[in-house]
Amino acid sequence: MKELSVSNLLGIKYLTTEDLHLIFETADQFKEVINRPIKKVPSLRDITIANLFFENSTRTRLSFELAEKRLSADVINFSASSSSVTKGETLVDTVNNILAMKVDIVVMRHPNPGAGVFLSKHVKASIINAGDGAHEHPTQALLDAFSIREKYGDVAGKKIVIVGDIMHSRVALSNIFTLKKLGAEVKVCGPTSLIPKHIESLGVKVEHNLVKALQWCDIANMLRVQHERMEHSYFPSTREYVQQYGINKALLETLTKPITIMHPGPINRGVEITSDVADSEHSIILNQVENGVAIRMAVVYLLASKIKNYEN
Amino acid sequence: MSQKLLLNAKEINIILQRLACQLVENHRNFENSVLIGIQPRGSFLANRLFEILKMDYGLTALAYGKLDITFYRDDFRRGDKVLKANETDIDFIIENKHVVLIDDVLFTGRSIRSALTALQSFGRPSKIELLTLIDRRFSRHLPIQPDYNGRKVDAINNEHVKVCWKENDGEDAIYVLKN
Repeated sequence: MKELSVSNLLGIKYLTTEDLHLIFETADQFKEVINRPIKKVPSLRDITIANLFFENSTRTRLSFELAEKRLSADVINFSASSSSVTKGETLVDTVNNILAMKVDIVVMRHPNPGAGVFLSKHVKASIINAGDGAHEHPTQALLDAFSIREKYGDVAGKKIVIVGDIMHSRVALSNIFTLKKLGAEVKVCGPTSLIPKHIESLGVKVEHNLVKALQWCDIANMLRVQHERMEHSYFPSTREYVQQYGINKALLETLTKPITIMHPGPINRGVEITSDVADSEHSIILNQVENGVAIRMAVVYLLASKIKNYEN
Repeated sequence: MSQKLLLNAKEINIILQRLACQLVENHRNFENSVLIGIQPRGSFLANRLFEILKMDYGLTALAYGKLDITFYRDDFRRGDKVLKANETDIDFIIENKHVVLIDDVLFTGRSIRSALTALQSFGRPSKIELLTLIDRRFSRHLPIQPDYNGRKVDAINNEHVKVCWKENDGEDAIYVLKN
């Protein structure tokens, strides 16, 4: 029987295409579970999971917590603002102290790229990366691809454009890895200042004209402008960004075919996407959120099944 | 590995007819009863019984579902085997229903225990019965017995009972395999 090729989920980069399909097939079953009258299964009743969030999060954190609880795991939550991190404790010490309380899986969001990889080398627990700086956000990319697969039946051969702040986005990088592994065509679109140099080496094409990009694609994944990660100005004004890279209903109506709109949230309404688009029938933004719970249940379940406690 | 034919296609068919007959005897027109096959292998048996009840007894409105028990099993993380889930397809609520749980081979009883837990997610049934094609008696780990049974088999522990279905394995036959 198949199992994941990894024992931590640090990034999509480390997964095989078979891993991605296994996660999706498992998530199919969990999606059915979370639509039952009783949405809970007892699989992980002897697993303890720590959610360590060293950076703010609403959706991801709630989604992970709900996924863990629906698998009957015991869950402890931790956020940096209310912890000893502010007293100068190192990351490894913080996590080892938590693991001393017999924790099996650590879900971590951290502002520094590579924090998950670093931690996985120093502590004995399965690590799930819930976002590390501008590096990767694997579960978001998995749920994005799962939502595309749900709507179109398959990801292979689909044309997807990722619009906006590619430079500061971990969602963009994880999405590119996932979609390429699944055989989709990917373009990135945004102002020159927000597209990293040499991004073509990842197998994606760059398009600076939003209308051309939208006309080409089946699906547009709109990213949020991450003001908090920008230490200087990457475009003259928000107004100018909206005019060039924001999508609205009138723009979509000029296209020759309807396209599907995705957004990882949180939405800046009126910046990258207007309300009439976000709430339209072409938007699958709320499906993405629902699928997020199923995907995270699948990831936690598959990683937990590799932790063997009963060999002796 | 040696294998011995236990039942051939004709014998299986006779048993299926009898089991269907017994179900009709107890459930009459199935107005408050549902059939649930345990995935993956119990569903083949449930499918066959469903077809017989539909064709021979005209029970076209019979509610029939498939239940996957993977997430309810008690051996998660206890072996080398990764437990991969199958599809669950139950599009009705079993609240106050009379459920007939269907599986091909009853061995330790642990799958049935998992299925009983899993069923609770779909409501509180008024009664649950168990139908199995093969009952490997003397090998139970839990106090679980079938209400309807095809054939009792005294297989010892290193023996394995394999149920083959035409639609999946190319023939209807039941073998006892010995390592």
